[in-house]
Amino acid sequence: MAVGAADQVMVEVQNLTKYYGNFMAIEDVSFTVRRGDILGFLGPNGSGKTTTMRIATGYLPPTSGTVRIAGYDIQTQSLEARRRIGYLPETVPLYTDMTVEDYLEFMGTLRGMPKQRLRQRINEVIDIVKIHEYRSTHIGKLSKGYRQRTGLAQAILHEPEVLILDEPTIGIDPIQVVETRQLIRELGKEHTIILSTHILPEVSMVCNRVVIIHEGRVVAEDTPANLAERLKGTERIELEVRGPAREVMPLLRSLRGVMDVRRLGEGEPGTYIVESRRGADLREQIAQAIVSKGWGLLKLNPASISLEEIFLRLTVQEEEGG
Amino acid sequence: MRNTLAIAWKETKSYFGSPMAYVIGAVFLALTGYFFVSSISRPFAEATIRGWLLPATFFFVFWAPALTMRLFAEEQKLGTLELLLTAPVHDWEVVLGKFLASVAILVGTLSLTLYYVLLLFWFGDPDVGPLLSGYLGLLLYGSASLAIGLFASSLTSNQIVAAVVGSGLLLLMTLADQAAQIVGGIASRVLEQISLTAHFADFARGVIDTHNVVYYILVTVFVLFLTERNLDSRRWR
Ligand SMILES: Nc1ncnc2c1ncn2[C@@H]1O[C@H](COP(=O)(O)OP(=O)(O)O)[C@@H](O)[C@H]1O
Ligand SMILES: [Mg+2]
Repeated sequence: MAVGAADQVMVEVQNLTKYYGNFMAIEDVSFTVRRGDILGFLGPNGSGKTTTMRIATGYLPPTSGTVRIAGYDIQTQSLEARRRIGYLPETVPLYTDMTVEDYLEFMGTLRGMPKQRLRQRINEVIDIVKIHEYRSTHIGKLSKGYRQRTGLAQAILHEPEVLILDEPTIGIDPIQVVETRQLIRELGKEHTIILSTHILPEVSMVCNRVVIIHEGRVVAEDTPANLAERLKGTERIELEVRGPAREVMPLLRSLRGVMDVRRLGEGEPGTYIVESRRGADLREQIAQAIVSKGWGLLKLNPASISLEEIFLRLTVQEEEGG
Repeated sequence: MRNTLAIAWKETKSYFGSPMAYVIGAVFLALTGYFFVSSISRPFAEATIRGWLLPATFFFVFWAPALTMRLFAEEQKLGTLELLLTAPVHDWEVVLGKFLASVAILVGTLSLTLYYVLLLFWFGDPDVGPLLSGYLGLLLYGSASLAIGLFASSLTSNQIVAAVVGSGLLLLMTLADQAAQIVGGIASRVLEQISLTAHFADFARGVIDTHNVVYYILVTVFVLFLTERNLDSRRWR
């Protein structure tokens, strides 16, 4: 594994927008993942998690926006970027007519691993995901849980710097869910990981950072602990200001009772989301501050959806049977 | 190249892991065998393979798509295409690898028909020239058919649809020859040029004309290129 500064940006997602025909699946999604992070990409079903991951791995092109993996652009320097990614798609696609071992050998060869190293590494990953008894079994005969492990083995085989795991714990039994999470935490010591999930507790169990996506937009980015705090209740206000973003953000942040300020997009006039504790209506205060600076206040209203409402759509408890 | 060979090797093994390769080989041998036997059991029969060459090219219409239908359709159905195309591999390496696997089966099947040639040498005195040109022609014709079948497979996740579309395309390319005789003038010339069959007659007669060789190679390369473009365009849908 390449050495790099601990805070090196490993994945940089910038202003991603994706349309399927006329349907907008994600809009202006941006976030960064630093070396050693385990980022939880949290959102209800249909919020755009898989779409984002498919773009980040180079499977789909974005309508606009960029993704960089360890500095390499996934579209213009695709092979260099792809070399650094281990990917486990949501559906865990595997060749059912191959044995686990043959499959890993095939995938390792495609990733350009030297033969000798590959042999050795196959033994290692079979060890890591604990599938010894099944190494010569045809994948078609494996249970869902063991397929999941084979998929994970494939993803970590070439020791990629970045691991992208799309809902790695859905559809497997509860004991295996616990094991898989343990394994991901373990892998997080060596890899930078993005994992998507719609299960809220999973994020606090596994991740050190969270990005919440809802209806294709990033609505929050934080640590799991802070998020839990915010879950207790927040008020969100959306405002549109004609004024220099560099000054507007600090001003809004300096107001009493403001917990977080984010800017949506790069447009002028700028759209901002201000978060405050529930019950604290800051609208008057904000309006006064903006106007006193001589900036134009074009819009000021409660944001259409609160974090809390989004959480209601997430799975907040472990489902029975995973 | 290593990627291409890895993919070709995997697909070839997978042919032999299912009954597919055997069934397909057996059907080809049974059909060509029938035409071979009937062509040499007439009185004053010549010691040639011409009796089954033309029928063989017609079998390719169904045979080639049956061999290639799985190659991309199955990847799309299983979703494995997602991992294949996000691996650090060029799309053309994937296309070429799969194509080579199907050509390997073609070569294997054709080499089994060498048994007929042995019989000819045993019982008669065949000309070597037409034998060589005949096999070269079959290899070229078969490869072009496999490329067309592979292209059809990249269009869908349904193997049956892939086979039907592939056979349809091949049938058109085969019958272009017949159509050329019905229409006249320029259209006739054009149809003759694109017809897979029109370029085969020389090979069957024992003549290797570079123009014909180049034609089959061009068709093959062009259709493989279309397949690669199609995989890439999937990214834009
Ligand atoms: N290939 C596609 N064509 C059209 N719409 C799609 C396609 N894939 C996903 N969508 C739609 O885009 C939205 C986001 O989907 P997805 O990224 O799969 O969300 P998630 O993974 O968070 O469940 C959904 O409304 C889904 O129906
Ligand atoms: Mg999904």
